[in-house]
Amino acid sequence: MLTKRIIPCLDVRDGRVVKGVNFEGLNDVSSPIELARYYSENGADELVFYDITASAEGRKLFTDILTEVAHQIFIPLTVGGGINSVEDFDRVLKCGADKVSVNSGAIRNPKLIPEAAAKYGNQCVVISADVKRVDGEFRVFAKGGRVDTGMEAISWIKSCVDNGAGEVVLNSIDTDGVKKGFDLEMLEAVSNAVDVPVIASGGAGCIDDFVKLFKTLPKVDAGLAASIFHFGEVSITELKDKLSRESIAMRLM
Amino acid sequence: MLAIIDYGVGNLFSLKSSIQAIGTENVITSDPSVIKNADHLILPGVGAFGDAMDKLRSTGLDKTVIEAAASGIPLLGICVGMQMLFTKDFEYGEHDGLDLISGEVRDIREIISSELKVPEIGWNSLHLTKQESKLFDGIKEGAYVYFVHSYSAVKCDKDISALTDYSVPITAAVESANVYGTQFHPEKSGAVGLRILENFCHIK
Repeated sequence: MLTKRIIPCLDVRDGRVVKGVNFEGLNDVSSPIELARYYSENGADELVFYDITASAEGRKLFTDILTEVAHQIFIPLTVGGGINSVEDFDRVLKCGADKVSVNSGAIRNPKLIPEAAAKYGNQCVVISADVKRVDGEFRVFAKGGRVDTGMEAISWIKSCVDNGAGEVVLNSIDTDGVKKGFDLEMLEAVSNAVDVPVIASGGAGCIDDFVKLFKTLPKVDAGLAASIFHFGEVSITELKDKLSRESIAMRLM
Repeated sequence: MLAIIDYGVGNLFSLKSSIQAIGTENVITSDPSVIKNADHLILPGVGAFGDAMDKLRSTGLDKTVIEAAASGIPLLGICVGMQMLFTKDFEYGEHDGLDLISGEVRDIREIISSELKVPEIGWNSLHLTKQESKLFDGIKEGAYVYFVHSYSAVKCDKDISALTDYSVPITAAVESANVYGTQFHPEKSGAVGLRILENFCHIK
């Protein structure tokens, strides 16, 4: 049986993981390579690397690190951040990424998703949407959640999938950082609108939030989180054990 | 020397890294003489079957692979590389495969329950059906591996070495003499996948 996936997300700036990390046995808590290895050995089903670098030097450093991670980690790697063109896809895929996630780049350039999907296949293209409630509707936000695009989110996400996105990461701005659970209402609306895998992001604060997510919305395929894993508030091994006991299909180590 | 056959599709980075990780000397090549003299061969593949097969044919490497397999070199096809080992494929029309293993490749939508998503993306467990399989030596029943696929091999029952459950049993791996295939990606399947690749490299 296909399992639900648990995915830690690493924000990388200038070659370091941004959010502080505090794990026993990790010498360098902000080394993306050490952290990637730690997660992969401790049950992560996939890793997401998000490049939040602004400078060209930082970008070079990021691709160097990605290459190093891809040499050592043998689970799927998704890369996002600063993906604006098919050339950007090419750059990170050559460094060993398996999937590439697009956000603002797809909003600015509607041809990005279809062109990338035609070249690398739908399975390679992930639409990552930052969504927030405005005036009673779900709106797509750009630039890391700072700019309201005015576009209705569900139809926009659906059009991205119709154009070739093979997976959706839905990040609810409303629940992000609040740690009171995933945005089930928003996730349900998206899951009902598309037939590709949907990855829930934003709001996880404890193990029970994941239990509730998968029990309430069986159509959701994966849960993504950053700080609760990085700070050791939730251990992936314990999380997956608990989900498995709740009869949710998990890959146990 | 293990040769990863390069016929211009997909990203061979992960595959090469994983073979390096298990300590097997390897090369990515499209040179027929290197392929025919290799100790082990891997035929990778992503994307659509027709495109992949066209590219393999246009490089003339289809004949090289068939000859190399006939000479007894262990050959492993991965994902679309596995699908190409079969007789026929029905992705966007009917295509002839390499016919190294008897069977057909069909859209999984024709066989799975309609509420399931296609492609099947993610980790699924293996049901091992050939106890003597060298490829799965040391792999536990129920071990998880990583799949990304919309098509699957059918009419190949006697050569199936592992199945996976996606509402119905789906062909996860096949073997016939020195020719092996995995629908899943061993290079993305963590420690289990590395063991499978290591097993392959030990087949003589």
